[in-house]
Amino acid sequence: MMASATPLLEVQNLAITLQTQRGAVRAVHDLGFTLARGETVGLIGESGCGKSLTALALMGLLPDGASVRGSIRFDGQELLAMPDKALCQLRGNRMAMVFQEPMSALNPVHSIGRQVAEPLRLHQGLSARQARTQAMELLERVGIARAAERLDAYPHQFSGGQRQRITIAMALACGPDLLIADEPTTALDVTVQRQILELLAGLVAERGMALILISHDLGVIAQSVARTLVMYGGTVVESGPTRAVFGAMAHPYTQGLFAARPRLGAARVAGERLPTIAGSVPDLADLPAGCPFAGRCPRTLDACHAALPPAVALGAGHEARCIRLGEP
Amino acid sequence: MSTALLPGFWHRALRQRSFVIGALLTALLLAAAALSLVWTPWPPYDMAMDATLQPPGAAHWLGTDAYGRDITSLLLVGARSSILVGVIAVGIGLSLGAALGLLSAARGGWVEEAIMRLADFTFAFPALLLAIMLTAVFGPGIVNAIIAIGIFYIPTFARVTRASARAVWARDYILAAHACGKGPWRITLEHVLPNIASVLIVQATIQFALAILAEAALSYLGLGTQPPQPSWGRMLAEAQTLMFQAPLLALWPGVAIALAVLGLNLLGDGLRDLLDPRLARQR
Repeated sequence: MMASATPLLEVQNLAITLQTQRGAVRAVHDLGFTLARGETVGLIGESGCGKSLTALALMGLLPDGASVRGSIRFDGQELLAMPDKALCQLRGNRMAMVFQEPMSALNPVHSIGRQVAEPLRLHQGLSARQARTQAMELLERVGIARAAERLDAYPHQFSGGQRQRITIAMALACGPDLLIADEPTTALDVTVQRQILELLAGLVAERGMALILISHDLGVIAQSVARTLVMYGGTVVESGPTRAVFGAMAHPYTQGLFAARPRLGAARVAGERLPTIAGSVPDLADLPAGCPFAGRCPRTLDACHAALPPAVALGAGHEARCIRLGEP
Repeated sequence: MSTALLPGFWHRALRQRSFVIGALLTALLLAAAALSLVWTPWPPYDMAMDATLQPPGAAHWLGTDAYGRDITSLLLVGARSSILVGVIAVGIGLSLGAALGLLSAARGGWVEEAIMRLADFTFAFPALLLAIMLTAVFGPGIVNAIIAIGIFYIPTFARVTRASARAVWARDYILAAHACGKGPWRITLEHVLPNIASVLIVQATIQFALAILAEAALSYLGLGTQPPQPSWGRMLAEAQTLMFQAPLLALWPGVAIALAVLGLNLLGDGLRDLLDPRLARQR
């Protein structure tokens, strides 16, 4: 891996607007972060906060009705201004993605060997035989037992965990610089989740690629990534090294999120209920002008409704968007 | 379509009644046409004025017509016209229709809108009327009949293809293919087409049956196969005038048409059930 002055990924003022029947929806706004080569970052937040849309925007795979503003620079190149043909050469080659549903992310009519070999043939111009050999090695690396014999098997002959390993092999085929994993373990059993996360962590360390891990599972994020971004209402409300974010939760939303996680076996007073965040996720079609969390926050002031709070630095790389951070 | 995708395809196929009966009848149709190329009981074009309107018997199994031609031989040769029309008309409709359907599903927007409105426009004409119009302009004959039927099939296949292709485009593995860096054409050929192949096979089988009916109808009206080339539809038309002298004359081509159409429809139904992956999984 070469050291370079430009970060691998630089996102600035990203805004995604979706056209729906109820009008334009501001699904993501004022979103920015940078990612160095080989860095792992986690994107956490509840359903509908814009995590997956952000991932699709990075890959240039937003649905037709979506419009994007702002800037996404990958290795210094502006992706949003790039023609689709050039993007096709990046996708699957230098940036790759693993999806949430391994059951449906593989084409049922092609053998897995063919599907893993495809990016190699497409981007590296390998012959069918070379690509097949490499596909076999990749499948072995991601832990598919007897890969040589199972190259010609079809997706429905594998379990969910195995299929997710296969999609990871597909994503890794060309040795990407950036891997985006959108809830890669959500659809899997808990025991399998751990194996997949360990596989991802191992591959990231081994190949020096950068990882964006999207999840709504705090445990998954805490054990897998170096830096964490907490998303709420379409923007990042808190970001920093995972240790700092989890150790000193600054934003009221982050605090609420942690308080609301169920812990099996934790000593609990009889009759005590699991704490929840009051209210519900704001409707993106009708997002308040100020802090998106203002409507549910226990510490809201009038000023919170006025404008989106700026990011306030709290320590080394740790910042949060809240105007009441300094207060006791 | 790979049989590995559908575990136990033949095992299940042999237990499915409509598929077995349909396949047998269709095989019979193909065998009749193939046989007529090398052998017929009598020369099909030879008239015998001393042996007209013979009842079924040992010499002429199904009897002879008003010109003394052997009905069995005519039926065998007539199967060729039906198959020819079916294959070429479905070929035209399937290739152009599927291409347009895939294009509209891949591009969307105004391209899709234009193709689908054009299809609606074509649908506004009854099929037979379109065929009669075309033969009226270009003259009767089997080639014009085939083209007329084939053109009418294009929008049918375009619609079916587009509807199934759009469903495939919404699937996650298409997004995954995009994420691998594939463009829309590659995705269409490598991912969409194989996944809708079963739908197209079934549709082609059923349209084949309809083409046989259409050919019979056009020939009956004198716009399809021209004499002396035998055709089931024309045999029916000729038998009509002799309805009271020799009613069996109308029965044989009628039965042939009915069995061929029934066989293809049963085959199409059977294939639809067999190729449906949801049913395949349950087994």
